Amino acid sequence: MDIIVENLTKIYGTQRAVDNISFKVHTGEVLGFLGPNGAGKTTTMKAITSFLVFNKGTIHVGEFSVTEQPEEVKKRIGYLPENNPLYNDMPVIDYLRFVAEIQGIDKSRIKGRILEMVKLCGLEGEKHKKIGELSKGYRQRVGLAQALIHDPEVLILDEPTAGLDPNQIIEIRDLIRTIGREKTVLLSSHILAEVEATCDRILIISKGKIVADGTPENLRKKAQGQEMLKLTIEDGTKNEIVAALQKISTIDWVNPVQGADNRFEIQSRANVSSRRAVFDICVKNQWPLTEMVVVETKLEDIFHELTMN
Amino acid sequence: MKEIWIISRRELNSFFNSLMAYILLIAFLGFSGFFTWISGADVFMVGQTNMQSFFGIAYWTLFFFIPGMTMGLLSEETRSGTIELLLTKPISNWQVIFGKFLSTLTLVCIALAFTLPYYISIATLGPLDHGSVWTGYLGLILMSASYIAIGLFASSLSKNQIVSFLVALLIGIFFHIIFGVLAGNFTGFLGGLFSYLNLSTHFESISRGVIDTKDLIYFFSLIAISLILAETMLTRRRF
Repeated sequence: MDIIVENLTKIYGTQRAVDNISFKVHTGEVLGFLGPNGAGKTTTMKAITSFLVFNKGTIHVGEFSVTEQPEEVKKRIGYLPENNPLYNDMPVIDYLRFVAEIQGIDKSRIKGRILEMVKLCGLEGEKHKKIGELSKGYRQRVGLAQALIHDPEVLILDEPTAGLDPNQIIEIRDLIRTIGREKTVLLSSHILAEVEATCDRILIISKGKIVADGTPENLRKKAQGQEMLKLTIEDGTKNEIVAALQKISTIDWVNPVQGADNRFEIQSRANVSSRRAVFDICVKNQWPLTEMVVVETKLEDIFHELTMN
Repeated sequence: MKEIWIISRRELNSFFNSLMAYILLIAFLGFSGFFTWISGADVFMVGQTNMQSFFGIAYWTLFFFIPGMTMGLLSEETRSGTIELLLTKPISNWQVIFGKFLSTLTLVCIALAFTLPYYISIATLGPLDHGSVWTGYLGLILMSASYIAIGLFASSLSKNQIVSFLVALLIGIFFHIIFGVLAGNFTGFLGGLFSYLNLSTHFESISRGVIDTKDLIYFFSLIAISLILAETMLTRRRF
């Protein structure tokens, strides 16, 4: 079941929280929604769940319009809101039963579904505790359990790993990956490593606009374009080496690293590699080449570049 | 209908889990019991076998207790954000409103059911007009339903439970006293209008044993208008 967002615009007062954005999420895809705080991630997600009324545009979940058939859409969506609000005075198991009933799950199946969720989300030891007594990690699991209990085709998770410890983060990520194989998942985060680890596709949003869309590898490639190398070449003098490197036709620029005599950064021209040429020069001049590293552009850099302008 | 009951049941459970229900039941039965049986102007003092003294007390205690029960219904959900979870489930705003309305009305009915021993006791003391007792209970239920609806509207206005409580009391006091006082000060159309708006006029006529369509229309429209306003406020939160 695909999510199709077209020309979505949401205006708060005079501020355009979401400005004319369009995208699709396909079945079996985990889409990561990335952006700084206040970029419009949560607003978009709330609009898809039909909680928020938006100013312009259309949203379809499968064949159902969010504005015209909200009940049909809501039946098919599992939603974990930001900050994971839950009824603190309810025991976990009662809460899951309440959600199961309200989702209209058949009475005979409710018990089975609750037990399945308890097992899937690792709530075995906590199921009789009140939600208010749980640690943040377990609360998050309850939030996930209530989103998954009716086996929805579409999952919308707003910062699903916020506040968890590293072990819990890995568990939740694995869970999302497993679920994502057959369902449509849209998750938001401002942690890049998380999105990289769980998502098939990334959408970067900044100030209400989509600034990048693609797989993590594609985004990295796009930003990289030119090869960057870090070199350590010993024995030769700095000037000699720089001069020799500059003669290589595929090299765009050479930059000696500040404070180190024999370390250099070089950037190749677009779409060519200078690694062989650098090696040849070192051999010719009898300079030991002790380090040659291809500098990978990190997703952080892309994110920073795209969202700071 | 099923969804309304699911919401009601959750709300009732939360009343009983948080001790709120017990405190209100004990306080209500304590007050009404004390003033019906023990205080100076009690049943024995009046010397008639009717339940007017109990209805008079219940009329006031419920007026104060109901805002306490309704204040959290929507305020707390908005404050904690759980309203977002509730409204993104496949249920309508109306089902949420009706569910919450019904839960509080059920709690009030439970409280009133506990006063049935008063009825039995008085009935054993002498001849009693049973009809007027039942209409008296009906009057209390209608009055409670009206204040619950008003309380629900007040609760939809603010994230703060205290604000909701005070707003409910403020609106309630107009129907409870102020319109009655104004009715006495004006004549003609305005006097008639205030007298019609005054809740105690309608309550008294019902509790005396007269079920008039005019009074029923009054209560049902008060409930309907308040619930419509509450639903409107709930929808407005989504903009």
